[in-house]
Formats: sequence, C-alpha cells, structure tokens
Amino acid sequence: MFTVTVYHYLVVSAILFSLGTIGVLTRRNAIIIFMCVELMLNGVNLSFIALSHYLGNMDGQIFVFFVMTVAAAEAAVGLALMIAFFRNRESIDVEDFNLLKW
Amino acid sequence: MELLFFYLVALVAVLSGFLVIKCKSPINSAISLVMTFFCLAVFYVMLNSPFMAAIQIIVYAGAIIVLIIFVIMLLNLGPETKARTTHALAWGSVVGALSILKGGAITTVTGEITDEVVLQVGHTELIGQAMFTNFLLPFEIASVLLLVAIVGAVVLTKKEV
Repeated sequence: MFTVTVYHYLVVSAILFSLGTIGVLTRRNAIIIFMCVELMLNGVNLSFIALSHYLGNMDGQIFVFFVMTVAAAEAAVGLALMIAFFRNRESIDVEDFNLLKW
Repeated sequence: MELLFFYLVALVAVLSGFLVIKCKSPINSAISLVMTFFCLAVFYVMLNSPFMAAIQIIVYAGAIIVLIIFVIMLLNLGPETKARTTHALAWGSVVGALSILKGGAITTVTGEITDEVVLQVGHTELIGQAMFTNFLLPFEIASVLLLVAIVGAVVLTKKEV
C-alpha cells in the first residue's frame, strides 16, 4: 500500500504529456511550443523507464536514449528554423507561419 | 517514506510543467522546464537507472535548455500578447484520460534485468551491452541523424546558401 508502484509513474507521465499537449495547442510563441514538445517527450521517457524497470527489460531504456538523441537533433534544427524565420518576419508567432497556407 | 518523497517530487514536476505552459515570458518557461527535467532525473534515480538520470541532466538540462535560452536571448523575445483560441483544454483532457487508461493492460511478466542484476553488473554496463549488440544498427543510424542535424542547422542559419 505504501510503496511506489508503476502506476504512480504512469500517472505522472500522463499528466506531463497532457500538459505538453495543452501547451502546444494554446501557445502562440514557437519557442514555447517547442518546449512543450520537449515536455511531451519527457513524459513518454518517464513511462518508458518506469515500465522498463518494472518489467525487468533493458529495451525501454535504450529507446529513451534514442529519444534523447532525436530530441537533441530536433533542438538544433528547430531552433535554426526559428532563427531563419525570425530573420524574414521579425516574429516567431505561429499565427504568422502562413507562407504555405491557401 | 519513499511514497512521500515520490509525491513531493511529482508535485514539483507537475507544478513546474504547468508553469511551462502558463508563464508569459519564454525565459520563465525555460527555467520551469529545467525544474521539470531535474524532477524527472530524480525519478530515474528512484527507478534504479542512474545512467539515464545523468544523461537527462547533461543532455536535456544542459545542452538543450542552454540552446533554447540562447535563442530566446538572441531573438530578444518579449511576453506574448494574447493566447490562441482553441479547444485545447478539452483535447488535453482527452489525451490525459486516454494515456491514464493505457495503464490498465500491464502484464506482470518480469525479464531477467532485476534490481540485483543492475546493482551487481552496473547500469552503464548493461546499457552498453544492449546498445552495442542488439541495438547496433539503430545506434549507427542515430549517429548519422546527428550528423544530418549538424549540417542542417549550419545550412539553415547561413545568410545565403
């Protein structure tokens, strides 16, 4: 009763993931949207590691390693994109991202 | 006692996650995100994965957050004026309900990597063994991905290509 079970970790991970989703859908600033995506990735990482620990299997942790690699690559490319966009439009508001809209 | 500590860390993690999506200024959001990352690192230590905790601090709280704060400072962003009007709260609640429901189907299958094995062999050794044997091809692909990201970032930020 008074021990931490895998469900505790899964609930925290679900809460973090939903917070990230809400942030991605409500904010206008592209950098904050980017941070919310990182929050969602971290929620998933937590559930990977919790399940990996409770199932006694290493594969989940290797997967987290690759998620972190992709997140680092995403940070580099995404922030470069934002700088390129800011140079053109003087803003990184996602409402101004309408070049491909029709 | 462990449960009490868990609740404390979980509270801080969720509160700072909430601040990430609620702060007006991007810098405050970034600082709250660092707090969330540290709480997750504490969770990883509690789950007997010290290597993952170290990577979390070094890669996320170190590299990625520094990059984000650097770009925020470079672009000199002010607080945003108004929020987007979407049905985000409803969608977020749906996602949350669905992801909490996913916990119902966990089996009690236990593999061979128990806490004793982790303590005896060492977490880093186990990760290394798995990564350089079973996951060698994904590991190589990840290195190519990082190379592509480096070249892409340089090309994107150049004035004229």
